[in-house]
Amino acid sequence: MNKKRMQPWPYLLIAPALLFVASVIFVPVLNAITMSFQNYDLRRPQNIGFTGLENYSAIMIDREFWSSLGNTVVWVLLAVSLQFVFGFIFALLLNKPFRGRGVIRSVSLIPWVTPGVLIGLMWRWIFDGNFGVLNDLLLRAGMIQEKIPFLSQTTTALPSVIVAIIWQGIPFFALMLLAGLQGIPGELYEAADIDGASGSQKLFQITIPSLKNTIYVTTLLRIIWVANSVDVIYNMTEGGPAKSSQTLSVYIFLKGNQLNLGYSSAMAVLLAIMLSLVAVPYLRQMFRQN
Amino acid sequence: MSDSVQNKLKYFAKRAVILFVPLCAILLFLLFPFYWTFVTSVKPSEELFGQTVTYWPQNITFEAYEKLFSQVNFLKPMGNSFLVASITTVITLVVSLLAAYAFSRYDFKGRKGFMILFLTNNMFPTVLLLIPLFSIMRSISLLYTPWALVLAYATFTIPFTIWLLSGYLNDIPASLEEAAMVDGANRAQAFIRIIVPVLIPCIVAAGAYIFMQSWNEYTFAVMFTNSANRTIPVELKNLIGQLGVQWDLLTAGGIITIIPVCIMFFFAQKRLVAGLTAGAVKG
Repeated sequence: MNKKRMQPWPYLLIAPALLFVASVIFVPVLNAITMSFQNYDLRRPQNIGFTGLENYSAIMIDREFWSSLGNTVVWVLLAVSLQFVFGFIFALLLNKPFRGRGVIRSVSLIPWVTPGVLIGLMWRWIFDGNFGVLNDLLLRAGMIQEKIPFLSQTTTALPSVIVAIIWQGIPFFALMLLAGLQGIPGELYEAADIDGASGSQKLFQITIPSLKNTIYVTTLLRIIWVANSVDVIYNMTEGGPAKSSQTLSVYIFLKGNQLNLGYSSAMAVLLAIMLSLVAVPYLRQMFRQN
Repeated sequence: MSDSVQNKLKYFAKRAVILFVPLCAILLFLLFPFYWTFVTSVKPSEELFGQTVTYWPQNITFEAYEKLFSQVNFLKPMGNSFLVASITTVITLVVSLLAAYAFSRYDFKGRKGFMILFLTNNMFPTVLLLIPLFSIMRSISLLYTPWALVLAYATFTIPFTIWLLSGYLNDIPASLEEAAMVDGANRAQAFIRIIVPVLIPCIVAAGAYIFMQSWNEYTFAVMFTNSANRTIPVELKNLIGQLGVQWDLLTAGGIITIIPVCIMFFFAQKRLVAGLTAGAVKG
């Protein structure tokens, strides 16, 4: 690496990227903050103007905001924890040697690169109340007596979209954890075998502690992604029925789509503040590694 | 039965229980939706909405695919998606490669600060950027042009690609270019002649990832396009609204959408996975 002295090259090299990022991220973020203090509704452009904290105080008494926030908490907690559990099991399985492992590993990653719209579409069809395959399977297995309209009942809509996002997230978790598993030195397990350790002892005393960092970083990253995700929910249920599967990101997206930019910006600012509770530890961890 | 046969049976039974059964269960869950989407797309509609659900189509027909191009003109959004994804990929790669090189090869004042700055950018909620970008694109008349999407996609592709490419670059020993520079090449020549050729597979992998992300993106695309420059995901969602129950057409559109993604992913997968996991696993 070149010695530290004032040289123009590195600055010139990062300048284009910085320029892009400044204009498409920093300016918009500042813009969003400014808009959040304004009555900024493009359907009523004559009324645009600063109103101080009015948007924020309106949000505080907006029941839809609170219910969306509640849904977000359920959505993130259930989705990320189950993605982790199944991803971890999958990684442990893929870490064992067997024929065809390479093919299975790459094929099983496809959900991770599947477009959100398509995920929504596929699962909407699977969960369909009339012709859906899930209903047919459950009927054949005798687990239900009549078909369930999964996506049009307030009790089942949110769990259904959560299944779809779990499906999408398992491969990513498995991928990260598998890489971590492959980095654990084999001698650790050999030594444990000599000491007569059981399988679960090895899991809890060698495997999980060695993966601590990977689990931490991947989980934080995943929380941010899942909390921000709009497309899967929007394409499966559009947040319905009766807003029962509407998360905060979806609510902000819908309000933005209705061109009420001030109100949706204020909610987006609040979401960003809440997510920084997750983002800051993540960044700190990445900083320490660099 | 002799002991060795019994032991062998025990071994296979144990292996089935702890390995193959759970593996098959997870694979079934992960791959069934694709199977089901494909099967749906080749079923004739009488069968699709018949009394009994068939798990393998009795009559295979590709009518839905043909209709998709004759009735809905699916080629148009495919072309739009291809255009946006290609431009985004090229711009992102050039800009990010330069920055990644600076981070990997120079120690300069503010280096760490700038790296954190780029990393932070991945953390902003999409919806936080979506709304102001919409109003900015509108005021500079880029709204409803492919450039609006290219710029919007730069918000997540550039920070990520810089991070990915600096990881790859850090693995290439600096002595390679230094040798070339001793032989009289300047830094730029050494970069182009020595580093870029070594890095090509990684650049291709990063490029494939950027392309996939841009090809798949929906949230920005639905707000920043109109009927003339809609991308595939927007068109698909639109079809859900329009066609409602025409699941054969919808699933055919889905299959067409994912084929390019799969092809690119299989080519790029090895390097991409290595690059992605390196950062999180370290330390």
